[in-house]
Amino acid sequence: MSGFDISVILHALPFLAKGLGLSLALTAVAMIGGLALGLVIAVIRLSRFRFPAMLAALYVNGFRAVPLILVIFWFYFLVPLLLGRPVGALYSVLIAFVMFEGAYYSEIIRAGLKSVRPGQWQAAQASGMTYLQTIRLVVLPQALRKMAPLMVTQGVVLFQDTSLVYVVSLHAFMTSADIVELYVFAAFVYFAICTTGSVLAQRLSSGRRHAY
Amino acid sequence: MIRIEGLSKSYGDLPVLRNCSLEVGRGEVVVICGPSGSGKSTFVKCMNGIEPVQAGRITIDGEVLPSKPAAAARIRSRVGMVFQHFELYPHLTVMENICLAQIHVLKRGRGEAEAKARALLRRVGLADKESAYPTQLSGGQQQRIAIVRALAMDPIAMLFDEPTSALDPEMIGEVLAVMLELAREGMTMIVVTHEMGFAKAAAGRIVFMDHGEIVEVAETQHFFAQPSSERARLFLSRILAH
Repeated sequence: MSGFDISVILHALPFLAKGLGLSLALTAVAMIGGLALGLVIAVIRLSRFRFPAMLAALYVNGFRAVPLILVIFWFYFLVPLLLGRPVGALYSVLIAFVMFEGAYYSEIIRAGLKSVRPGQWQAAQASGMTYLQTIRLVVLPQALRKMAPLMVTQGVVLFQDTSLVYVVSLHAFMTSADIVELYVFAAFVYFAICTTGSVLAQRLSSGRRHAY
Repeated sequence: MIRIEGLSKSYGDLPVLRNCSLEVGRGEVVVICGPSGSGKSTFVKCMNGIEPVQAGRITIDGEVLPSKPAAAARIRSRVGMVFQHFELYPHLTVMENICLAQIHVLKRGRGEAEAKARALLRRVGLADKESAYPTQLSGGQQQRIAIVRALAMDPIAMLFDEPTSALDPEMIGEVLAVMLELAREGMTMIVVTHEMGFAKAAAGRIVFMDHGEIVEVAETQHFFAQPSSERARLFLSRILAH
């Protein structure tokens, strides 16, 4: 390496920005989709319906047992097969991320729901609320405060994981860079974004201590 | 009003309730006492179906409590319950705590629910606390608000599970005073408590439990003067000694 040539970065900026855009978009979709899916799975797992609860557990443990890169691969080949038509790398990746993150988020949500004291469930039930009302009005609002830091942390990990989409020839932020200068720059941007996320997670967890 | 027939429950191999039966009439106040671990808390939690039972039948105001929890919700809303650890919802204000089930279970409008809450808060002397959060209140205040939250549902009966056991001694009186007033107004009450003073003042009958069984049911005066079982005599001598 003869020298650190900053102009390489400047030239590549539009391309890098596109990659960063994909990373952020993937992270956003996977977080929102994953949270929604994770909430449904967690509620089913904690319900008294044994068979659906078992299926939900199978889903979670299945996805948590395989690496994300494999899941991305599978969906790239499987989704077109199941739908009977090509869907494109982007959509297969979106589905893969949402389903994968759903498994992880469901565990965070389940732990959060379980951290609410049994007495709170009993008080809500005793007043005549249904199971879903109890979750929505009493348990989830309390659990969310405890879960927020973990969710942000998971979001940071997710943002980093979006770089894996290179296996299906998509260019997220990291793989939009291909020379030393660009890798250094990419590392810097990842660091900045992820550190911000971590600080936010810490704020949320210490803020909770003050609030209670 | 409330009829319990042959209630049995166990955790795995451990029986906690053995064939318990009890009938409580309208306006009656019944105190359940007994050594700790005798199953009295579980018994009272089974009465509105928040603890599942293996055998037995519970009839509330002529309606049999269904074994399916979802179907039981409507009947459950008609019986108020007060817990040892208050169980106010910590993320909601006092007013929101009192209105939540009124709005979502009874489908009352917000205005009506709040008016109801304010009237009840005045009665227990906590009208100024409606926008406070539970953690900002003392134990005695929290428990009085928990009683208000239950009363706001216009219950046909009230269940109390050791309502003063988690309180500092100087706060027990304020909670018992509210309960005594309720009893005088003719509320049907089933109260699990160690407060024998309250039992003597308010209860018509005493139920004595031990090892998951109802050992003795007696008129209050009779129970304290001349308990018929040896176990109740032993229990009373211990609890009244100090």
